[in-house]
Amino acid sequence: MRLECDGMALGCNSLIELRDAIATGKVSAVDAVRAYLDRIERYNKKLFAFREVYADSALARARQVDAGESRGRALAGVPVAIKDCMCSTEGTTACSSRMLANYRSPFTATAVQKLIDAGAIVLGRTNMDEFAMGSSTEHSAFGRTLNPWNTDCVPGGSSGGSAAAVAADLCAAALGSDTGGSIRQPAALCGVIGLKPTYGRVSRYGLVAFASSLDQIGPFARTIPDAALMLSVIAGHDPLDSTSAPGNMDAFDVEQPVQNLRIGIPAQYRSDANHPAVSAAWDEAIAVYQDAGAKIVEVELPHTEYGIPVYYIVATAEASSNLARYDGVHYGHRAQNPADLIDLYCKSRSEGFGDEVKRRIMLGTYALSSGYYDAYYNRALKVRRLIKQDFDNAFFQGRGCDAILCPSTPGPAFKFGEKMDDPLAMYLNDVYTVNSNLAGNASISLPGGFVEIDGKRLPLGVQLICPAFEEAKLLRIARMHEKATGYTQHRPPLDV
Amino acid sequence: MTHPITEADVRHVAKLARLHLSDQQVQRFTEQLAHVLEYVAKMDELDVEGVEPMAHPLDLKNVLRDDREVPGIDPGVALSNAPQRDDPFFAVPKVIGDGPSA
Repeated sequence: MRLECDGMALGCNSLIELRDAIATGKVSAVDAVRAYLDRIERYNKKLFAFREVYADSALARARQVDAGESRGRALAGVPVAIKDCMCSTEGTTACSSRMLANYRSPFTATAVQKLIDAGAIVLGRTNMDEFAMGSSTEHSAFGRTLNPWNTDCVPGGSSGGSAAAVAADLCAAALGSDTGGSIRQPAALCGVIGLKPTYGRVSRYGLVAFASSLDQIGPFARTIPDAALMLSVIAGHDPLDSTSAPGNMDAFDVEQPVQNLRIGIPAQYRSDANHPAVSAAWDEAIAVYQDAGAKIVEVELPHTEYGIPVYYIVATAEASSNLARYDGVHYGHRAQNPADLIDLYCKSRSEGFGDEVKRRIMLGTYALSSGYYDAYYNRALKVRRLIKQDFDNAFFQGRGCDAILCPSTPGPAFKFGEKMDDPLAMYLNDVYTVNSNLAGNASISLPGGFVEIDGKRLPLGVQLICPAFEEAKLLRIARMHEKATGYTQHRPPLDV
Repeated sequence: MTHPITEADVRHVAKLARLHLSDQQVQRFTEQLAHVLEYVAKMDELDVEGVEPMAHPLDLKNVLRDDREVPGIDPGVALSNAPQRDDPFFAVPKVIGDGPSA
């Protein structure tokens, strides 16, 4: 069932289909890469999902795969994209910021290296909100990415380029990073799958740091088995990241439905602020699990509404500290003709950072400054504990839920400029996603249906949340929804 | 719990954060940050007495690696992105001089 599809690259509906076609010799890796490069050539100029494309090296890698170099590997010959905040020795790792516009990383992020080692071919790096700060990709210093479903709308953010690239089939899958919803929110707004693994599941080595206790790398994919495969490749302990969790992911069968499933529905997410179509997609998902024999239970997450306040203190505090490294000395933008060293720092930072990054550095610095530390930062950490306890109660005490089902975002994709002058309105787009980062859960956004606005269909997301390190169960539960609804098969019309 | 953020606060914080802000930016940031902080003040509704702060989602403590030599990054590579270098050092404007500007 492929509706309004303008033709997928090589007629493959999933990464796994393409991988198998390459493995059995039906398609060469060179043809696969060429097919995607053709699509990028045709659509990226307008969509601007990719910020940089590595055509020559991708084709060179494809020739090596066709020569048998990665035979039998999990992603041999599969063209993928990485987000602009992930270091690689190829091209510039710019974080979509003027600050790092010319930065050439001397090393490659572990997650990216694992993809390469598995035989994947990196087509390029995708546009994002500068330093991953934003929910619309409008804060990129290089230009805005358009939503493939309606080009008047944002793709979400901060991983908007990765979401748009997968939605428009400019790559078979992509990596994003999620600090407060930056994978799940754009996935919802672009109609693809976005998985935020458990904090610590995927190494952060080589991920340009935004908020170190929240950042996590995860995949965008078109199908749940694709997402599961991508996760299994990038997951695992890494000695180069001391906060990566011990152990690796065990193999699991995503086709195996979860028996005696208990799905928790949080009363606190039934908000008047939700778009009616979001509520309808949520209800439909509830019905899907009910029909599959799941027990639907009401759960209380009473501290839900404190998530945004806590997040915007914790994340900005950590960011203000992480971004102190951009001083114009070691790498990154340096201002010309400074009066002295302090002036060099100030001028370089003021010229290199955009307004949203400055705003968040200011907020974080304020929250950590003398006289405010206890009132803001320390209080936020305490409320963070309460938010974590809410989830523990739903998962482990009395209610014993396998997963929580809720919307991914309060509404579908919004128009460009709509929230740019009102930072708080932009922040509130993350109201249903931030709490999983604060608590460290595994969460996923799934295509959950559509709403027609201005004569165009816009996708909606539903979110599943599982306890830490329960990705296998999370993906098995998500697969049940995918099979029942077929929403992951829908493609944007791409009339661009 | 705290007074509303003022333009003077914003100028002070900008100095701490090593950012130059124009007067117009100071005015706009003061308004925007006040709006965000007003929302953040929602946290005051809660009694957090006795709650242990949660700085991190994992219970990892003192992660140490084995004490053995491993290759590090080559100084030349480390300097490869330096805006100005004087090998094997990063170069900066004169630090001791006619007094600070900020």
